[in-house]
Amino acid sequence: MATIDQPLPAKAATMREEFSWSESLYNWVATVDHKRLGLMYVVSALVFLVIAGIMASIIRLQLAFPNNHVIGPDTYNRLFTMHGTTMVFFVGMPMVAGFANYLVPLMIGARDMAFPRLNAFGFWIFLFGGVLLYFSYIGGGGLSGAGSAPDVGWFAYAPLTERAFSRGASTDYWILGIFTAGIGSIASAINVIATAISMRCPGMTLARMPMFVWVMVIDSWLILIAIPPLTAAQIMLAYDRFLGANFFNTQAGGSAVLWQHFFWIFGHPEVYILIFPAFAILSEVIPVFSRKPLFGRPAMVAAVIAIGFISLGVWAHHMFAVGMTAWSNTFFAASSMLVGIPTGIKIFNWTATMFGGKLRMDTPMLYCCGFLFQFLVAGLTGIMLAVSPFDWQLHDSYFNVAHFHFTLIGGLVFGLLVGMYYWYPKVSGRMYNERLGKLSFWLFVIGFNTTFIPQHFLGFLGMPRRIYTYPAARGWETFNLISSIGVIFQIAAVGLFAWNVVYSAIKGKQAGDDPWDAWTLEWASTSPPPEYNFEKLPVVRSSRPLWDLKHPQDPDWKFGQ
Amino acid sequence: MAATVTPADVGALEREWTLPDRGTVGIILLMITESSLFTIFVVAYLVYIGRSATGPFPKDVLEVPIVASICLLSSSLTIVLAENALKRNQVGRFKLWWLVTILLGGEFLTATGVEWHHLIYKEGLTISTNLFGTTYYSLVGLHASHVIVGLFFLLLVMLVSLMGFPIQHQERRVKFLSWYWHFVDAIWIVVFTVVYIIGR
Repeated sequence: MATIDQPLPAKAATMREEFSWSESLYNWVATVDHKRLGLMYVVSALVFLVIAGIMASIIRLQLAFPNNHVIGPDTYNRLFTMHGTTMVFFVGMPMVAGFANYLVPLMIGARDMAFPRLNAFGFWIFLFGGVLLYFSYIGGGGLSGAGSAPDVGWFAYAPLTERAFSRGASTDYWILGIFTAGIGSIASAINVIATAISMRCPGMTLARMPMFVWVMVIDSWLILIAIPPLTAAQIMLAYDRFLGANFFNTQAGGSAVLWQHFFWIFGHPEVYILIFPAFAILSEVIPVFSRKPLFGRPAMVAAVIAIGFISLGVWAHHMFAVGMTAWSNTFFAASSMLVGIPTGIKIFNWTATMFGGKLRMDTPMLYCCGFLFQFLVAGLTGIMLAVSPFDWQLHDSYFNVAHFHFTLIGGLVFGLLVGMYYWYPKVSGRMYNERLGKLSFWLFVIGFNTTFIPQHFLGFLGMPRRIYTYPAARGWETFNLISSIGVIFQIAAVGLFAWNVVYSAIKGKQAGDDPWDAWTLEWASTSPPPEYNFEKLPVVRSSRPLWDLKHPQDPDWKFGQ
Repeated sequence: MAATVTPADVGALEREWTLPDRGTVGIILLMITESSLFTIFVVAYLVYIGRSATGPFPKDVLEVPIVASICLLSSSLTIVLAENALKRNQVGRFKLWWLVTILLGGEFLTATGVEWHHLIYKEGLTISTNLFGTTYYSLVGLHASHVIVGLFFLLLVMLVSLMGFPIQHQERRVKFLSWYWHFVDAIWIVVFTVVYIIGR
């Protein structure tokens, strides 16, 4: 094991300032440093988040009043397609990759990822995919001049995507953009697993690996297994569109339902791929802010593995309304409910970690509490939708929209915000403004719940998804208006968050290396960490190496941890 | 871990700390994700067997490519012989078996080309003719594209070793290429079974 005994120049950050503007741009473009790539992933995800968030705001503006005409039906179709596609593939996925990239090597005491150049390739091919998707607004008309951005929904159901129904090139941009970004996701997933297996510092056995790394490894497994089915289905669709193949061409005996199966074989594991980073972040933050080790650590790892396995066998619960056999419906209803058990274990263990702890209610912990409440609601509506007769009633209604926005905003986005506040001092070297952080938390909680709680009721009242407007006197006006008003609070919350990030990076007070008195290895490095992460590779003897360091008279390894 | 860890133990721990090679892990993960890709194409093929609305049908036009299959599968053997030669530092023997591997792979690819030419020009079967054509060309084509990638890298190794590059220092990378080649062969066994035995 190579260790560096000579102290290296203290801070890469101070050296960076000597570069001219063009040189430092070159350094960012040509970098293979996992921290810079991680940051670039997160920043580009935030840019896409703002774009797709503006789209959602326009959608809510259109739906605020009955018979509204802010935008027409064609624009509306493009907006919800681009909103969904962007949020899943260009916000969620790069957030997974970004957090894993920045933190996994630091947490396992490594100097970089296993394959740094593959890592850079993964980021740039992902960004290229995003540019390709958005280029459709210019090039999507194709030679026949019809359509601009894709308008087929984020799941692009056949046969609407076939050449006969989707003219022009907009669907082709959807195929190519996601196909390209998928290659990036796979590159980054291979990298994360190889790093966690092959790059751990001495003494970091799998049993001592931080929960964050464990969850990201299992997340990467899911990416490896679940992304290729989408890629395969997209290749088939491209053959249909470009070469006249018949995969999803019903007139030649092809099956449109097969596309749905292939898409959801990818699509359901995908939602777990998206939520796992939130699980990973919470499992690190809740113990630190409760001043207790994570409750039931082995059970937490087992629960994540169980969710990963079960998630591969639940895809057809998206297709109850298609008309499958009773046995298929029964199987997929049962397997979907099964997910509730390991997920329940996780919720209980986080709560048990907090129970009896010395809670510190800083912004990250507030977001953790928000997550626990909201994700619980999302899980409960999920179990309701898993009951197939219930799903027949509410399929493709606003109840469904409310359910998955509770998982993806109430769960994922809240989890990511926990992570961004928690590691902000590590990444920037400065502390964010606690008062602004708390204010933006409360604004976000109020805004999010105001927007999405009424949508459950809209679903019960029969409002379907993907309608661009609705007539008055159906009882939908009030809930829609309340839902749209919530957006204002959410925009304010995101604006405050952005201001906090930018302002604190310049004016925030110095954070020091370990502002949270935490226990994982990234806090043993400087803030921000130098390019080589650790001057001397650490040697680890328990799952809380920094606790051992700070409490030599009472280290974890004395108690078989 | 025992209750008493002294600094001396830490030193021992540092020295004895070995982890799996990152390249080995990477190539295995690549195979796993590739298997997932092939699985979907195989499933599509199986689902669409006998669903073609019009001819030509597989039993009328497909001939079992026995020679090509034997060539491809035996190339897995010759690449192992090449690897073993490299381990014993016998570069000449390595080059010989490596060349045989390339020729066997090339023969497989040529046979596929001849078969496709026959199907397209004699039998009138293209990717758009019917579901059989659609699934046949995409599954066999996906496999053939992997053979092409494999052959490209095999040729690259051949070329640099002929130009006098010390290939015996690249045993690890040669091993990964050989694993990929075995993987392509294993996939062919599945494709062969599905297309020429179950599907005919």
